[in-house]
Amino acid sequence: MNDTDKKAMIARQFIAAIPHSRALDMRVDTVHSGRAELSLPYNERFVGDPESGVLHGGVVTALLDTAMGTAVVSHPQSMGGTATIDLRIDYMRSATKGQRLRAEAECYRVTRSVAFVRATAYDESDEPVAAAAGAFTVEGAKG
Amino acid sequence: MKKPEPVQVIKKRRDEALADLVGGIPYIGFLGVTFERRGDELTATLPYGEHLVGNPILPALHGGAVGAFLEIAAQIELGWQIYWPQFEAGATGPKLIPKTIDFTVDYLRSGLPRDAYARAVVNRSGRRFASVHVEAWQDNRTKLFAQATGHFLMPQIEA
Repeated sequence: MNDTDKKAMIARQFIAAIPHSRALDMRVDTVHSGRAELSLPYNERFVGDPESGVLHGGVVTALLDTAMGTAVVSHPQSMGGTATIDLRIDYMRSATKGQRLRAEAECYRVTRSVAFVRATAYDESDEPVAAAAGAFTVEGAKG
Repeated sequence: MKKPEPVQVIKKRRDEALADLVGGIPYIGFLGVTFERRGDELTATLPYGEHLVGNPILPALHGGAVGAFLEIAAQIELGWQIYWPQFEAGATGPKLIPKTIDFTVDYLRSGLPRDAYARAVVNRSGRRFASVHVEAWQDNRTKLFAQATGHFLMPQIEA
């Protein structure tokens, strides 16, 4: 197994070990050196507006945050876990009722202490639901 | 002079109005968030639960769960203030929840495996937009573990 595969495996285990991600039924779809794609199924228990049946913003936040953390952990320069320092989310529209929610995260810069990450959330269409930018801690970075 | 309303009547009306506002949102129930009221002041509680953990080794609360908790506290505080005059007038029925435009969370320290509390302040509430700040703490009120600011779209209420 090469380094990248090892990282991907670690990232998958990282998510599988998180109770909150399990509670929201999150799944790692792809993960590869600083990039991660996660998704979760629609669930009536996660609804934020009973009139329309759309998911609560907090569910979108949780998925984006986890995808961003996974992107950090899978980055070649990151050697351990991570924690969120700051997270900003812009909600462009509601996720469509009944559709899976998907997040694509990219860790585009890693310094000795901080990882900078951006992410976008979608439902089953290509129009973004939300966009996020965040700073995460880096543990045991190389160089 | 009109006789003041009996205190139990006022309390019952306000508690029911709050329960209606909060109880309609399934995700609040899923996370386990509850609200306490003193007059019009609200405090949100996130009771600790294993399903909120983001780092099982430390253990620490999940950043997403903390962010969601703050967003709920901000959203309910704003809704509560918007509808307060209607509640006081005795109006009931479904309420439109303010929609989040953006939300920025500042994670100050890791969330410990115990209950968390939050209070929100509406810094500005106009005809279309509102800006809300929210602070969360655990053991010590002065030691915040997270804070956030968000902008919300005001629900368009028919006058």
